[in-house]
Amino acid sequence: MTHSSTTATPTDLNPAASEEASISLGRLLAAGVVAPNFTLNVTPDQTLSLHDLRGRPVILAFYPADWSPVCGDQMGLYNEILPEFQKFRAELLGLSVDGPWCHRAFAEARRLHFPLLSDFEPKGAIARQYGAYRAAEGVCERALFVIDKSGIITWSYCSPIAVNPGADGILEALEDLAK
Amino acid sequence: MAMLKVPVTSEDHAQGPDSAEVTLVEYGDYECPHCGRAYPIVKRVQKHFGKRLRLVFRNFPLGELHPHAEAAAETAEFAGAHGKFWEMHDLLYENQERLGGHPFLGLAEELELAATALRQALEDGEFEARVRGDFMGGVRSGVNGTPTFFINGRRHDGPFDFESLVTAIKAAMSAAKSAAKA
Repeated sequence: MTHSSTTATPTDLNPAASEEASISLGRLLAAGVVAPNFTLNVTPDQTLSLHDLRGRPVILAFYPADWSPVCGDQMGLYNEILPEFQKFRAELLGLSVDGPWCHRAFAEARRLHFPLLSDFEPKGAIARQYGAYRAAEGVCERALFVIDKSGIITWSYCSPIAVNPGADGILEALEDLAK
Repeated sequence: MAMLKVPVTSEDHAQGPDSAEVTLVEYGDYECPHCGRAYPIVKRVQKHFGKRLRLVFRNFPLGELHPHAEAAAETAEFAGAHGKFWEMHDLLYENQERLGGHPFLGLAEELELAATALRQALEDGEFEARVRGDFMGGVRSGVNGTPTFFINGRRHDGPFDFESLVTAIKAAMSAAKSAAKA
């Protein structure tokens, strides 16, 4: 395995464990861990760094791919809930391995009002650092992180790939931050 | 497993007795084609179970995706305030492909509701808070798209074809029975 995950489970002698590790490339980063910084394209000619958002809560929503065929898919749902996230001054970022041109077309078609970041080159590098990459399929997990204003992860959740996790967990995590 | 956080009350639009063995809550969007597809299926499911099933409909308009969904939801609520919620609910789904033409006033007249009053209600956003309340309650309960069904309070994550819904509802009926015995 040649991944750069900082928290990957050690490939010990337990075949089941190493098999699992090879699927998800390590464990999802959990509450209490400093969120690894990243700088990724947010449009074909602009980048965005996690650092730039210090001082306010950040929601990271890793997802497998643009153009999911269902109506009201995960990103579409979050798009509708943006005003609720904004009540907490939280910034929502969607992340997948799709390139910036793909993201642009997707965001325009779905009228998304939040940034989609391209974990495109090297493919999935950031998702791997967060323990949210599926090497077998070459896509991100459906994984959610809430990061506090000082850059610490306070909540994370990995949903079964086929199940849209909704937004209830995110809103609860944001409420806990505000307490 | 996501659970319904907002209990069913008399404020809800319900068909079927309060004492029904199973309550099926649907979060739906009148302009969503998947909900349109679910509409006749749910009717069949209701017919299948008769008085053993109570259906509750709550609004979950995805306004960014479906620009007429909010007005449709408010139109149904307007009809509900005049005792004709389900009639309008059905009309909206049966006329789903026409929603882009803003047919709401005509549909109101079809149900002998005052079109001018509806126009005023839509302009004033009279039912906006109600619709938003449904929506946010849905979000808190883990509604993740439309339609989302809850069967006796548990989110149904499987498909919503007739057989799948009937199987899931039957399972909830047996679970309720064994819980009552214990």
